[in-house]
Parts: sequence; structure tokens; C-alpha cells
Amino acid sequence: MIDSVVRVRGVDKVFGAGADKTPALQQIDLEIPKGAFVSLIGPSGCGKSTLLRLIGDLTQPSVGTIEVNGKTAHRARLDRDYGMVFQAPVLFDWRTVQGNVELPLEMSATDRTARADRARAMLALVELTGFERRYPWQLSGGMQQRVAIARALSFEPAILLMDEPFGALDEMTRERLNLELLRIWKQTGTTIVFVTHSVPEAVFLSTHVAVMSARPGRILELIPVELPQPRNDLTREDERYFGFITRVRERLRGRDVMRPGAAEVAAS
Amino acid sequence: MFRAARSAASFLVVIGALAVLWEVVKLLGGDPSSEPWPPPFQWTVASDLNMPHVWEIAASFAEPAQRNGPPLGVVLVNAGIFTFREAFGGFVFGALLGLGLAIVFVHSRLLERALVPYVVASQTVPIIAIAPVVVIWLRGGWLAVAVISAYLTFFPVTIAGLRGLRSPDPRALELMRSYASTSRDILLKVRLPAAAPYLFAAFKVAATASVVGAIIGELPSGIRDGLGGAILNFNQFYVSGPPKLWAAIIVAAVVGIGFFALVRVGEVLFLRGRTAADA
Repeated sequence: MIDSVVRVRGVDKVFGAGADKTPALQQIDLEIPKGAFVSLIGPSGCGKSTLLRLIGDLTQPSVGTIEVNGKTAHRARLDRDYGMVFQAPVLFDWRTVQGNVELPLEMSATDRTARADRARAMLALVELTGFERRYPWQLSGGMQQRVAIARALSFEPAILLMDEPFGALDEMTRERLNLELLRIWKQTGTTIVFVTHSVPEAVFLSTHVAVMSARPGRILELIPVELPQPRNDLTREDERYFGFITRVRERLRGRDVMRPGAAEVAAS
Repeated sequence: MFRAARSAASFLVVIGALAVLWEVVKLLGGDPSSEPWPPPFQWTVASDLNMPHVWEIAASFAEPAQRNGPPLGVVLVNAGIFTFREAFGGFVFGALLGLGLAIVFVHSRLLERALVPYVVASQTVPIIAIAPVVVIWLRGGWLAVAVISAYLTFFPVTIAGLRGLRSPDPRALELMRSYASTSRDILLKVRLPAAAPYLFAAFKVAATASVVGAIIGELPSGIRDGLGGAILNFNQFYVSGPPKLWAAIIVAAVVGIGFFALVRVGEVLFLRGRTAADA
């Protein structure tokens, strides 16, 4: 428990006031251990993105506390503990690929050469060496998202917050980037919180899957995904992989029953 | 470069077509004495007084503007340069004021709500009414003209600037917050670069408006060295030399178009590398 990077305690989030009050999240308790890969999954509008934004101090809880690295989420943001990746790459089209990756480093007064070196190293990590001087619009969607990941990692954040980062990509690109993300996760040892709509993606990537209920969102269960590391293409053919997919699916449907070996159901 | 050459060529073609149209109107309804045939109609507008021949206007550039004075062309080019200086001053004042207001408004909804109605109202007051007041305040001269010109130029810059500064994706701003960036960083690294295409569009409008503002500003200032003075002068003595006023109008248009083209060149250089849609 000492190793928890994120500690969410008794958090409620209510949007609006008075008659328009909409409870978005209810009694959220979540501990994320250092180096974990936690996916948040749940029906649309269940508040998984809100929870991610709460952890990242982009919005504040109505009730409860959030600690990150033993500090308030606010302090953690000021200390630049977060790397953010959204569904859209949100690259700046007046900056080159290299310039985009350097942007966060410009805030932290890193000197010019160190910045350039670091950006090149990050671009190498996401396998975009040779594209430094291109502009974002010259790249494919998948490549743009890799630039966004390189940018998020450029200042070595303690925690990477990813909001459906591969949601807009085609299936093949998505699977390739899943593998790349796992490699980057292993190489950097960063903690990742990952919002997704896809059950197979959540199971494939995560050490833990947090299954959430419909609005107001609650965490129904934090399911540890005990599949061997490192995960690879073979993982996707592992029977246990399908077992976990089924378990997450059933939890999403609100059933508690665990049916091991229900691979046929998951595959259908 | 190729595109620039092509648009310059099509510009010249349009000018040529206008000149031809002008002469066709004169052939149909001009003064019988100056046309090669008796024109079928007699239109007052097409008389030699109201519409001098294109070649007469062209020839007037080489003739002295006043007895024993320098040629009209030299006088008008000097006046054009003089007016361009005033217009440039007005453009710079207006652009800075306009952008400054936009930056204030984007950071303060309160000030935006309080002041934008007056910014809009300012443009409903005719510049002709404002100009004499400014001249009295600033005792005429170059500065007064630049201020009058700025009165026309700040408005499009404020409106477009505000829109451009607000144009970044909300997630881009969240991203900047997640880097714990200051609002100064957000302004310099996100808002202003994102606003650049909007600002250049406004600068192009402001460039031509600044020339109009400078010409109008010269009238109550009693400035005789600019195009405003020249237009006033040739207007008063129109009957004694109709082509002179037309020549002054042509030079005024050239100054405006030249300023516009200058901004356009700046735009292309500055926005180079961005998506094709912006350039």
C-alpha cells in the first residue's frame, strides 16, 4: 500500500447545481500500485473519463480526496507528474513533430540541447526516428498518436493518463500500438491509467481492470488480470485471456457469476 | 511562386478588361468630338469631363501637375509614399490595440462583456465625424492621421483575434494545464500561434482600411503632402483637369493593393509549413 501511486478515497463528483445536479461518480475508492497498468472500463457516460481527469487534477472532486505520489493531485500536477494522451492526438500543427515533443520540456526550463536530445530519444522510443522535421498533418493517424505518446513521456511523468488513446484508430493499427505501448510501459516503468471502451483491449494491456457501473459511476470491481508478462500476440490466443474477457463482460452486465472457460461466449 | 505569378497575371487581365470596358462605354455614349465616330447615345456620365479617356489619364502622369512643377506622376508617387507611411503607422497602432484588446478579452469574460459593445459601437460612428476631433486633440500632423487610421484598423483585428485566441481545442488547453504551464505560456505557445491565420485575415482587411483611414484623416488635418490632400485639390479643380483626379484615385488604389500584398507575403512566410488549408 505504501507503493500506491494513486490513492482515490471516497470520491463523489457532481456536475451542475440545484435542479440540474447530475451525479457523475459515487464513492470511488481506488488504489493504483506503482508500475501498474490499470484500465477503467464501463458503459458510455459512466464517468471513466471524469475519473481520469480527477486523478489528473483537470477537475476537482465534490467529495473525497485524491493523492498522487503521496501529494494532492493539484501538487502533483504542478510538479509535472502527469503525462496526458487523449483520443485525438491534439498536436500543434505549427510545430514540427520534434517541436511538439519538446513543448512540455519548454515549460520546465530544460535547456535547448537537452530538450532536443530528449525529444529524439522519445521519438526513437515510439519508432518515429526520421520524422522529426515533418509536420503533424503529414503523418497518419497512428503515427500522430505515437507522437502524442512521445510528448506525454518526454518529461518522464510518474503516471501516464490515457483517455481512449487508440479509440479512433483502425483495428490493425490499434493492435500494433497496444504492443508498442506495452513495450514502452516495460521500458519506462511508468504507471498507466487507461480509459477504454474495448474489453479485449483492457484485458490484453492491463495488470488491473476497474469495471465501472452506469451513471452515477461506481467501481464495481477491480479485477487483477493474472496473465503472464510480457504480453504478446500469443496472449490473444491464450484461453485465460478469453476467461478474463468473459469475466469483465459479465461484471459489466451486472452479473457476479464467474464462468471460467467460457471462451465461446467471449469469441462470439 | 508559380501561384503568385498566376494571380498577378489574372489581376492585370482584369485591369485590362476594365480599361476596355471603360472605352467601350465612351464609344457608345461619349462626346462626339473625341470619338472616332458619332456615338449612338449621349450619356452624361460618359462625357470627357466625367470619364476622361484611359490614355488621357495615363498621359496625365507625365504632365506637370502645376505650371512649371514636377510631373503629376512624381507628385502622386510622393504623396502615395507619404500616405502609406501614415497608413502603416495606423496599421501598427490598430493591430497592437486590436490584439491587445483581444488578449484582454480572452482572459476576462467580465471585461469582454463590459467593453465589446463599445468596441462595436465605435465602428458605427462615422470616421468623418471622429477625424476632426482627433485632429483638434493631437494638433494635426502625422500622428493624428495615424490615430484616425488606427480607428478603422483595430476593429477587425480585435474581432478576428478574439476568435483565433479562442480557437484552440479545449484539450490542447487541458494538455497545457497538465504541464502546469502559466497563462503566459498558454498565450505564447498555444493561443497566439493558433490565432495567427485569423489575425492575418484581419490584417489584410486592416491594411486596406488603414489607407482609407489615412486619406480621410488627411482632410481635416490640413495635410497637403498626402493622397488625401491631392484628391481634395484635384477635386476642387476638377474641371481644369479631370484626368488628375482619376490618376490620384489610381495611385490610392495601388497603395491599398500594395499594402494588402505586403501583408499577404508576410502571411505566406509566417504560416509556411502549416496545413495547405491555411496557406
